[in-house]
Amino acid sequence: MKKTTIIAEPGKQELFIIREFDAPRELVFKAFTDPKLLAKWVGPKDLKMKIDKMQVKTGGSYHYTHSDAKGNVYGFRGVIHEIESPERIIQTFEFEGLPEKGHVTLDTARFEELPGNRTKVVAQSVFQSVADRDGMVQSGMERGVLDSHEQLDALLAQGI
Amino acid sequence: MRRDVFQAISDPTRRAIITIIASRSVTLNNVTEEFDISRQAVAKHVKILTECGLVVIHSKGKERICEARLDQLYEISEWLEPLRRAWEHRFDKLDNLLISFKRKKKSTKRK
Repeated sequence: MKKTTIIAEPGKQELFIIREFDAPRELVFKAFTDPKLLAKWVGPKDLKMKIDKMQVKTGGSYHYTHSDAKGNVYGFRGVIHEIESPERIIQTFEFEGLPEKGHVTLDTARFEELPGNRTKVVAQSVFQSVADRDGMVQSGMERGVLDSHEQLDALLAQGI
Repeated sequence: MRRDVFQAISDPTRRAIITIIASRSVTLNNVTEEFDISRQAVAKHVKILTECGLVVIHSKGKERICEARLDQLYEISEWLEPLRRAWEHRFDKLDNLLISFKRKKKSTKRK
């Protein structure tokens, strides 16, 4: 079942990621802000996540890396503009592996209470240009294609 | 100038034109009549749509028949699908994490 929705209107500099979780808002918010918990789910498939700095407070900053088995290290960093527990996180985000520095997004995650102790998370990323946004989607595509190839390889290895 | 499916649907008038052409057999005149904007403005949008490959115009006598070619629209959802899958993968892990927490909470309450 498809549970995650991504909205990227053509020609716009923004992107929305929307998802509902079967857990109360405080808990979901904690999973988005506690470094120990973040490390357990933010890393993409087969990459190891290491958090160097994670000051989850208004005015704080963060830096973490994903590394693969081949020794490639991908760094990410940003500053926390505002933490409004348990409803809102506003921060900047930069992938240090881009060919050019200074391509930063402004990310806002909103946590909405739903009936039945469920929580809806709406994460908006605003890019500096349409090209920046489309480039990010494109890289997600490469990553996704890679993942699906790996999954296919795993299936084939099992003799399916 | 960019001429692809994204350019085609980046304008609300063009999206409305696609809907009209896709939902019934229409002439270029029929399309123009649907809008309050000038004939020239509609013609310009239709021209962009043909250049983007979403609309084909056939001449039938004096009439110009518009036909929608929607295959390209699927490109858009395909474009986002890998990114969506990457996030789904993360969030599935988060789901499991949240479930394990809720279990822990329950067991501590029992104690």
